[in-house]
Amino acid sequence: MPLVKHGRIVADSYVRVADDAPVTDDAAVIVPAARFLADAGALVQRGTPTGVLWPNDRRISELAPWLDRLALVALAFPIFRDGRAYSQARQLRERYGFRGELRATGDVLRDQFLFLIRAGFDSLEVKKDADAAAFAEAVGRYSVFYQPSADGRVPMARQRLLSRSERSTAGAVQPARSAPAFVDSD
Amino acid sequence: MYLYDELDRTLVAERVAEFRDQVARRLSGELTEDEFKPLRLMNGVYLQLHAYMLRISIPYGTLSAEQLRMLAHVAQRYDRGYGHFTTRQNIQFHWIKLEQLPEAMADLASVGMHGMQTSGNNVRNITTDQWAGVAPDEIEDPRVFAEVIRQHVTLHPEFSFMPRKFKIAVGASAHDRAALRIHDLALRLHRNDAGEAGFEVMVGGGLGRTPFLAKTIRPFLPTRDVLSYVEAVLRTYNQFGRRDNAWKARIKILVHDLGVEAFAKEVEAEWQSMKDGGLALDPEVFAEIAARFRYPAYERLDDSPPALVQARRAERRFDAWVNNAVTNHKVPGYAIVTLSLKPQGGTPGDATAEQMQAIADLAERYSFGEIRVGHEQNLVLPHVAQHDLAALWRALDEAGLATPNVGLVSDIIACPGLDYCSLANARSIPVAQEIASRFRNLDVAQNLGRLHINISGCINACGHHHVGHIGILGVEKNDEEFYQITIGGRADEEARLGTLIGPAVRYGEVADVVEDIVAAYLELRERPQETFPQVVQRTGIEPFKERVYAAR
Repeated sequence: MPLVKHGRIVADSYVRVADDAPVTDDAAVIVPAARFLADAGALVQRGTPTGVLWPNDRRISELAPWLDRLALVALAFPIFRDGRAYSQARQLRERYGFRGELRATGDVLRDQFLFLIRAGFDSLEVKKDADAAAFAEAVGRYSVFYQPSADGRVPMARQRLLSRSERSTAGAVQPARSAPAFVDSD
Repeated sequence: MYLYDELDRTLVAERVAEFRDQVARRLSGELTEDEFKPLRLMNGVYLQLHAYMLRISIPYGTLSAEQLRMLAHVAQRYDRGYGHFTTRQNIQFHWIKLEQLPEAMADLASVGMHGMQTSGNNVRNITTDQWAGVAPDEIEDPRVFAEVIRQHVTLHPEFSFMPRKFKIAVGASAHDRAALRIHDLALRLHRNDAGEAGFEVMVGGGLGRTPFLAKTIRPFLPTRDVLSYVEAVLRTYNQFGRRDNAWKARIKILVHDLGVEAFAKEVEAEWQSMKDGGLALDPEVFAEIAARFRYPAYERLDDSPPALVQARRAERRFDAWVNNAVTNHKVPGYAIVTLSLKPQGGTPGDATAEQMQAIADLAERYSFGEIRVGHEQNLVLPHVAQHDLAALWRALDEAGLATPNVGLVSDIIACPGLDYCSLANARSIPVAQEIASRFRNLDVAQNLGRLHINISGCINACGHHHVGHIGILGVEKNDEEFYQITIGGRADEEARLGTLIGPAVRYGEVADVVEDIVAAYLELRERPQETFPQVVQRTGIEPFKERVYAAR
């Protein structure tokens, strides 16, 4: 299962640790939610990065006290149609200001890549090799976006106002590249 | 009219390119039908009984003449020469071939139309009053807010994989013509005591097998907060709506299970955390969107010009049509004209390519190039000068579009039913045709007054049978079509769900039963102004039930 991080296929530096397996100090680990919460204080004090695999039916607020000491949060897509983790991702980024790695795991497919990136994920455990290879194409499908989201892409409404004010300050008659081209009639 | 700019057009073009690639991958076998299904569904492409069906979004029911002509072209070139207008202000083509879909979509994109989010578990087409912008009783044009919300939820990264579909309606008049309370989320613009405009927010309405009317969770929401509040509702639903059972996945079930107070509390907590963030409606952004709604340059005209008065005296059929299909406009000297898509013997909501072309021509000539689609499956010319009404009527009459049965017993709402739909248990269209034929005498229909019959061919309730004054639901028993009859429903500002009157009846009996119900109404009403649902509310269902089942 290829890992795509910041747009590139990379080796995974984290080790997944099961509920009862030992956690050592020499490896970056991703531990299940219940285990993390049971032993969070000790886990985050190790010398290597700690990540947590958080299920999509548990409130993200439970994780809030630990977010500044977590290097990674992995969210789950049991099937691609189950989109709960998109909400968790945005809450992590926008409400709690989480700046660590936000990883999508599970049924992660090509036609979801752009939504995932826009919701704030920066690493994806992609299910199919061919999909991982098509990452750039899949996220480059769209160049314009209506809504603000966790990825910081400029929404169209903002783009329109920006290009309008650029035009007025520059005194240019021709609209900028992304300026609205008003139509005169129906 | 709302005018798309280069950015809007870019997005639609990119969508077409993406879909073209997906269809190519399907045709080459790279994608299985299972893998292709969710992708086509996000573009309004369903697989039905006979062929693929393409559903095109008509945002808030507003069409330009150019767009309607393009719909006629698609009907002619890729389909069988007609299209079907739905109860959600969309249009469907039922006979499109998969390999031609990208071409059809590219043609539609050339006039800013698409099938994005007309299916799938996302926010569907935002609907509103078909008289928006011209209704005399309106506070502000609700389409501007519908457009603000439409833009925000289009290809939304967080809300494209919700538990189920999500339908939003916006209204801004005292009289509800948008069936607000049967929506997942409804926003009613009104003024508070200080004279400020804001929304009453209602959630959890919906029909289907578990019908509910939406409940108010916030009586007054400042307009600046509309996007953050909509997001808070969607996020609450996305996280907590059921996903284990598609029949229980709509927000109405969540609202019912949690209780409306607990649901409202969740939304409130979510909203408080983000209401002052980036989603607060920027007045400049709002003004920019509002400015792209173009209104006609109306002339200064008087109401009831002499030419109209004379024509009404001279021609009884014209006068009957004016009484039935023409409504007051907010600008003096103008009128709102409804075109019935329910002619005797026709299929409710169907329009042929020729009719669409004729309507586009007439809209250009008489309605500033603008057409509306209403949830009752009729079309509207929203800006007709009253002195043009007689000429317009003659042209409509010739095109078979002047049946004066708007809002009457033969103006039936019906889903496509078993004739087209793979979900249906029973036929809808022939039932509608038989009932309409029983009431073809327009004097009889007029005497009955406003009477809405709604027919659904299965429990999914696309024909909104629960809120029909008379609702008819097709079911299947031992391989035979049966129909359950409800009465007393309504979808307006006094929305109610209808009550079942008794055991289901056979296909051949439905029209007789409707005639019995109507006869009972005529006997029971205390004066001609007492409408059908008012009588049912006063008497209960018993006298109707007796009438229907005594002889059966």
